[in-house]
Amino acid sequence: MSKLRVLVPIKRVIDFAIKPRINKAGTGIDTKGVKFSMNPFCDIALEESLRLKEADKVDSIHAVSIGPTKAQDILRIALAKGADNATLVDVGDETVEPLAVAKILKKIVEKEDSNIVILGKQAIDDDANQTGQMLAGLLNWPQATNASKVVVNGDEVEVTREVDGGSDTLKAKLPLIVTTDLRLNEPRYASLPNVMKAKKKPLTKLKPADLDVDIAGRLETLKVEEPPKRQAGIMVSSVDELVQKLKDAGAV
Amino acid sequence: MLARRLFSTTRARLDTLVFVEAAGAKITPSSLSAITGAQQIGKPVTALVAGPEGQAVADTVAKIPGITKVLVSPSEQYNHYLAEEVAPLVQSVVAKDGFTHVVTPASAVGKSWLPRLAALLDVQPVSDVIKVESEDTFVRPIYAGNALATVKTSDSPVLASIRGSAFEPAATEGGSAAVETVDAAESQNRTEFVSEDLVKSERPELGSATRVVAGGRGLKSKETFDQLMEPLATKLGAAIGASRAAVDSGFCDNSLQVGQTGKIVAPELYVAVGVSGAIQHLAGMKDAKTIVAINKDADAPIFGVADYGLVADLNEAIPELTEKL
Repeated sequence: MSKLRVLVPIKRVIDFAIKPRINKAGTGIDTKGVKFSMNPFCDIALEESLRLKEADKVDSIHAVSIGPTKAQDILRIALAKGADNATLVDVGDETVEPLAVAKILKKIVEKEDSNIVILGKQAIDDDANQTGQMLAGLLNWPQATNASKVVVNGDEVEVTREVDGGSDTLKAKLPLIVTTDLRLNEPRYASLPNVMKAKKKPLTKLKPADLDVDIAGRLETLKVEEPPKRQAGIMVSSVDELVQKLKDAGAV
Repeated sequence: MLARRLFSTTRARLDTLVFVEAAGAKITPSSLSAITGAQQIGKPVTALVAGPEGQAVADTVAKIPGITKVLVSPSEQYNHYLAEEVAPLVQSVVAKDGFTHVVTPASAVGKSWLPRLAALLDVQPVSDVIKVESEDTFVRPIYAGNALATVKTSDSPVLASIRGSAFEPAATEGGSAAVETVDAAESQNRTEFVSEDLVKSERPELGSATRVVAGGRGLKSKETFDQLMEPLATKLGAAIGASRAAVDSGFCDNSLQVGQTGKIVAPELYVAVGVSGAIQHLAGMKDAKTIVAINKDADAPIFGVADYGLVADLNEAIPELTEKL
């Protein structure tokens, strides 16, 4: 019975608690001096891999990030949490679209001989929700998106998914792509001794050209702007006043 | 001119293909919104319907004004809309008829198969479109709706998912499109459907309800959640929603979560009860027409987006509100 050789792709994004500011030119988000962290859904994907490892279902966990040189900081965190080794595909300051990321990931899957890829369902910066499904398409592997429960039984994986109106359960044989929903688990923190140890774990650095992948974008961002501002509301002092205001506004 | 006409008979159709989902035999509200989005691209719109109830659904879709043709593949293999089945079907339809645009609702189903198809076609799709600027330029929210990006695609075909709450649903009467059966694509599936657990509710569907009452952590327990929210929702004829904190604490089912990672809603009236208003929650509801916030914490960020705010104890205010409406 083959064990899991897990690949966990991890994205470095602006921390979820920070309200992003649009740059002066209106072409993107200001990233200067802003706190970056691991994308929360990627953290959940990593946590799930670690739990499967603790249940003795895993051979190895390989973490990979495609991003700027600084993305190695979050890969070190992944290593500190328990990933065995990592790859940084350094793309400099380029924005890489999900299709190009999926193409790079396909190459890493082949390189690492992975038989399961666990990804976050979406990155909280571009909110695309595409990469996992694209990778499944490129590899022609089965996919289970928005996982809230993953059960591994030998070569067979049963995944419960969040869908509109409730949940459903799918079953597939390895190899497989899983994307994680928030409800899947509660990620752990990396302990300080493990952070120190992670510095000695292997981290390979590559360029997209090393993998022969063209990362040119297909979408041109013409502008980035603030959503329309809501008019300032009013505070009411009683339920009666609230009901009156709603009636006056025709809302009830 | 003649040459061009002759040429055009062998050439790909310059049409938009919209995938229409149904639950049971009923078209989903988000699909009706996706049809509106598809029409705004400005080209003739063909609808694609799949699944065992496809024939009945196709007959209903044919009555939607502005649909020029309905393609239906009523095969059992499209039951549950598994991505591994739907993506090859759409791929075969596009290969045969050469559509320039493929559009789907940005539902759980649409989000699962559209990117898979995109990889097969080597194109980069545009997710969660809230505005169609032109046939190649779209507006979509990024960073949990804190910014709107206008993007122009150079890909062909153009693949886009449509955010239901941003488009009016298409009318369902007045059209008379032809219905044509298409062959199922060869199954590439290795995923087996095991079971499903859908929340049964008499209430309007959260994603398309005109009124929503949403509960948060402030409700403290499942008992209070049910006790306070159910009667208020019934009184207003509203759907019930929840913040992530309420879902995580087990007050209600996860499918009721409103926010960046849950449902995106834009009802006429949104009543947030005991919801603090984290940016992830605001991402899912700040386009509601009228927002009411009831919270005992006067500094809660939800008051920043509310049209009407009331600082009060929920246990007293909600029953009183329910009674006086």
